Amino acid sequence: MSDIRNEAEAKQNATHKPPLDPHLKALENEAIHIFREVAAEFERPVMLYSIGKDSSVLLHLARKAFYPGRVPFPLLHVNTGWKFAEMIAFRDNIVKEYDLDLIEHINPRGAAENVTPFTHGSALYTDIMKTESLRQALDAGKYDAAFGGARRDEEASRAKERIYSFRTPDHRWDPRNQRPELWNVYNGMIRQGESVRAFPLSNWTEVDIWRYIQAEDIPIVPLYFAKKRPYVERDGMMIMAEDPRMELLPGEVRQEGVIRFRTLGCFPLTGAIRSNATTLDDIIAELETATVSERQGRAIDRDQSGSMEKKKREGYF
Amino acid sequence: MTVSATATAEALPLEAPVAEQARAIRDSRPLRLITCGSVDDGKSTLIGRLLWDTKAVKEDQAATLHRDSGKQNDLGLPDFALLLDGLQAEREQGITIDVAYRYFSTDRRSFIVADTPGHEQYTRNMATGASTADLAVLLVDARAGILEQTRRHATIASLMGIRQFVLAVNKIDLTNYDRARFLEIVHDFKEFALTLGVKQITAIPMSALKGENVVYDGRAAMPWYDGPTLVETLEKATTRSNQTVGFRLPVQRVSRPGESFRGYQGTVAGGSVKPGDSVVILPSGMVANVTKIVTFDLVRNAAVAGDAITLVLDRQVDVSRGDMIVAIDSQPMTGRGFDAQIVALQPDRIEPGKRYWLKSGSRRQRVLIEPVSQLDLKTSKWGTAERLGMNAIGKVHLTFDEQAIFDTYEQNRTTGAFILIDPDTNNTVAGGMITGRRSELGGIHKDDQRVLLSLPADLAEKIMASELFASRRQDVDIRHTTVGRAAEILGDLDE
Ligand SMILES: Nc1nc2c(ncn2[C@@H]2O[C@H](COP(=O)(O)OP(=O)(O)OP(=O)(O)O)[C@@H](O)[C@H]2O)c(=O)[nH]1
Ligand SMILES: [Mg+2]
Repeated sequence: MSDIRNEAEAKQNATHKPPLDPHLKALENEAIHIFREVAAEFERPVMLYSIGKDSSVLLHLARKAFYPGRVPFPLLHVNTGWKFAEMIAFRDNIVKEYDLDLIEHINPRGAAENVTPFTHGSALYTDIMKTESLRQALDAGKYDAAFGGARRDEEASRAKERIYSFRTPDHRWDPRNQRPELWNVYNGMIRQGESVRAFPLSNWTEVDIWRYIQAEDIPIVPLYFAKKRPYVERDGMMIMAEDPRMELLPGEVRQEGVIRFRTLGCFPLTGAIRSNATTLDDIIAELETATVSERQGRAIDRDQSGSMEKKKREGYF
Repeated sequence: MTVSATATAEALPLEAPVAEQARAIRDSRPLRLITCGSVDDGKSTLIGRLLWDTKAVKEDQAATLHRDSGKQNDLGLPDFALLLDGLQAEREQGITIDVAYRYFSTDRRSFIVADTPGHEQYTRNMATGASTADLAVLLVDARAGILEQTRRHATIASLMGIRQFVLAVNKIDLTNYDRARFLEIVHDFKEFALTLGVKQITAIPMSALKGENVVYDGRAAMPWYDGPTLVETLEKATTRSNQTVGFRLPVQRVSRPGESFRGYQGTVAGGSVKPGDSVVILPSGMVANVTKIVTFDLVRNAAVAGDAITLVLDRQVDVSRGDMIVAIDSQPMTGRGFDAQIVALQPDRIEPGKRYWLKSGSRRQRVLIEPVSQLDLKTSKWGTAERLGMNAIGKVHLTFDEQAIFDTYEQNRTTGAFILIDPDTNNTVAGGMITGRRSELGGIHKDDQRVLLSLPADLAEKIMASELFASRRQDVDIRHTTVGRAAEILGDLDE
């Protein structure tokens, strides 16, 4: 595929699309500005790609930011080996269709020591397969900047994070000593080995993400839409029972129901919700009357108040 | 005792049909506001209450809040500040350390709120929040009145260009809803605000904890107050844009995906642009015309302040990151000497004779700082200063090795703003606002003497492209007109 996206493609992008409303337009402009600033200031940027809805929006914004050129950095998928099969299929499709460079990393220790969410518990599993794995991948690529799709409205310690979030050479975040960040003038000066995590979606909310996906017609993993799917009830969550590695515990029964996911991660740790939302309109309507937050369905975020901050200090995204 | 609906945590939901609500929120960009004021005056509690009463707190978050609150007050209310104070160190010490950004909306509008710390040690984090805000909610503890830290925050907010203030006289419940006390604090503040040039002040007696005059009115407890609630005030506040000033595009990167395409990528920092417009590239002073505005969606016929665009010009000119593409007939100041006001943000003092990095827009260059004076917050007077310590507000001279490009902050909140970076630590040590250019006197011109020339447009364009012209551009006024009109004007002068 040629490097220059041609005008025919631009026209095609434009069809059927009314202009964005001022609210989404302001968020989009801010994100594009951040993408360009990081790409210009750092030597080896990389974009964390987790295949979820926020990553889909992030990728779309990256393509917009550098159009008509290619996205000038690789995507990094820190895989655990326990993602939904549909996520991996979706990822491979997107990478091909958009002509992207993808790097996949799985912590070799996880495979060697057979670390699974079932045997090691969610906290240790996350620590090894996500946090440690991410640090390995960032070190291996010598990346000095990593884009992430985190939003401040997700969690109380995220709400405190800068758009350029400074990390020490061992990837630690020091929330008590963050650099001041005034206006949209970002300080990208670092020493050898230090790095910055950059968050173009900092000011987006969950509803913004869905409205933008709708307005821009962004492809997302079908698991976000309601469908009849097999699941078991475990720890008060509905866990999808489709993967052959998902063994039933004594007393558990395989059930079927119309369910969907509000957030996507590792299937053994991600709870589905009962929902009939099969379109983006349905999802947005459902969100506007939702009484629980999106983190509700994630085992790793529920452990206790302050658990996210602790993980982030250790290098988690 | 009077119990009003506003005093309970189980207040009624804000009623608005979902569809209508969604439409209203999309009509404008969100209003950005901060809470500020002295330590413990109730800033985090206020934002927590605001989130609670606008139903931005979901059931699982509410359950966590109740669990974490413990027994913190006799009213049986949760500790709303915990919705904001999300760091472990903050929870342990019961104070805010860093700014928290939160998002909420009413049926009229959406908001981005930055809850800033009151503690003097963390003033830098307050400045971080203030730099992008349209409005400041300044809290005062009704018992304590205006403190030095209140004045510091009001001053920083005003320096950073915030013109709309809400004076929230909080904890009014602890004064027995004393009207005289409220009026006294309002009077004190208005007197002080005059020295800042702040005129738009809405004063509201408030109990953040009980939710009186936040989202719901506090009439039951304060029948003497018939003004707006906080949310009513916020819904009416204005956002501002840089759309009415000259076109500015700080170039972030040059896009060259192939031989046939060269575009300049950046976010429009002022004014607007359309194909056909003549522009100047600074600091080189080269002139060109805009041929295309490229975005992913379509080739656009105009772009305005705030838009992230790719600009294509009609000729090969040398443009790189850090340059600024500007309107030919309304140009920023260029030069090597500027005056600015800065807020010093770190324990290391701002020293004269030290070379800092200055970053403004996408442009980073070396600068020497010479402190001139410092604001005394007790007397509101400027005194001399040789160096600026942490949290000092000072006036400084900036001297650059190479041409710098600025508007005044008053005129443009983007191209008039900068940060200082200490090259030894790489930390951001100050935020600054340009107040003007320092004239580099010399030569034999008399200060106020002007020459009017009437030239053919093509000759004017050549002169304007020269190095000499570029270095004095800010001293020149340019108008396009017809031959006849030019002759008329010059004729008028001869008479
Ligand atoms: N009675 C009463 N107490 C209040 C009110 N507002 C806040 N408080 C209490 O005042 C204390 C401090 O409140 P915070 O919201 O943490 O104050 P803050 O201004 O955010 O403090 P810093 O961020 O550390 O500067 C808490 O115990 C609150 O419950 C009020 O309106 N009435
Ligand atoms: Mg606070």
